[in-house]
Amino acid sequence: MKNTGKLKATLLAIALLLSSSTALADGNFWQWLVTFSRQKEVQPVTNKAYQEECGSCHFAYPPGLLPGKSWAKLLEDKGLNDHFGENASLDADTLKEIRDYAMENAAEKSNFKRSRKIALATEEGDAPLRITEVRYIKRKHHDIPEKMIKGNKDVKSRSYCNACHTKAEKGIFDNDTVSIPNYPDYD
Amino acid sequence: MKNLFTVMALIGALFAASAASATPATNTLFAKYKAAGASGFSAERGQKVWTKELLSESGEMMSCTTCHGKDLGKEGKHHKTGKLIKPMAPSANAERFTDAKKIEKWFKRNCNDVLGRECTAQEKGDILTFLLSQ
Ligand code: HEC
Ligand code: HEC
Ligand code: HEC
Repeated sequence: MKNTGKLKATLLAIALLLSSSTALADGNFWQWLVTFSRQKEVQPVTNKAYQEECGSCHFAYPPGLLPGKSWAKLLEDKGLNDHFGENASLDADTLKEIRDYAMENAAEKSNFKRSRKIALATEEGDAPLRITEVRYIKRKHHDIPEKMIKGNKDVKSRSYCNACHTKAEKGIFDNDTVSIPNYPDYD
Repeated sequence: MKNLFTVMALIGALFAASAASATPATNTLFAKYKAAGASGFSAERGQKVWTKELLSESGEMMSCTTCHGKDLGKEGKHHKTGKLIKPMAPSANAERFTDAKKIEKWFKRNCNDVLGRECTAQEKGDILTFLLSQ
């Protein structure tokens, strides 16, 4: 009796091993590896409506740059009528698609490293309406002199990430891909 | 031979017509503006509205060219965000004026920005006629 129990356990273990190795052979392992190596930065924008509507006046900010509570405020119907002084209002269907997309990919929902940091930095307190108000982002830009931002006709504001981050469209913000216009030697 | 020539002339005429004006989207809009009482659209009047400078709320002189630029065949630049805006002239950018909803959405936003009010049906028809001729 005891032996059958052992046998069963061994068989079960083998079955488990086999099934997990077929899963790996199926490509899950490679998917996992690719995802793992990608997750350092921020998930780039993947929704067409978001890209078009939110990328017409400025670079389309990836939703992983703000927590859901911020997107909920920014993407209210009324809020978009006065969006930092601009009218960015949308019809109800488009707004719903864009809001759902932003909420599903908000910082706290993402596994990407920078989004995790943004989620942590905004966990407590009021929802920031600007990415540039997030503590983590503020800290990263603390040392850049104002003359290179405000006084720089090709930048004008910290809000225009893609003016300096040459791969911002791909969600990449690391030091290697940054270049401040008119100040090529800054680093 | 003669027939072939006629066919070619016809095709040529068709191309000329479609270059000078009208996508299905703008046809829909022209019909809508007419139904709202507008008529006799003029590129010349459209150009006047397009280039007219007005003092904006933020205290700067603004016109449609503030973001779209003086040369419609070239890229413009959003005055606040610095984002490049693709050329407005259909001859330089075939994607222009192909979506009626998009056109109306930007008329609403941009007329409010520049004129402090929405554009009338007559003004929109005039401006579109002007832009399509570029
Ligand atoms: C009509 C033009 C326009 C449209 C359309 C628009 N925005 Fe903006 N947006 C602006 C302007 C102008 C600012 C302020 C930039 C500044 O302060 O210099 C801004 C700022 C922002 C900021 C804050 C950036 C920061 O950290 O300072 C976020 C986030 C934002 N927009 C998201 C969106 C989203 C999401 C959409 C799509 C629903 C959208 N925007 C559509 C014009 C627009
Ligand atoms: C004036 C140019 C400029 C603008 C505009 C700008 N950045 Fe940066 N950013 C920099 C520079 C320079 C650094 C590197 C700072 C340093 O020396 O460590 C940096 C660093 C960062 C980092 C950290 C990179 C790392 O490897 O640690 C992040 C994240 C970042 N920026 C995100 C943003 C976002 C998001 C925006 C827009 C809301 C933005 N930046 C706008 C210049 C800019
Ligand atoms: C504050 C900047 C700004 C000003 C001023 C401005 N526009 Fe625009 N306009 C835009 C942006 C941004 C877009 C959308 C981006 C794109 O289509 O490339 C746009 C798009 C449009 C479109 C849609 C074109 C299409 O392909 O369907 C029309 C029409 C238009 N604008 C008309 C006007 C008129 C008329 C005025 C003056 C009353 C004006 N604009 C002034 C920024 C501006």
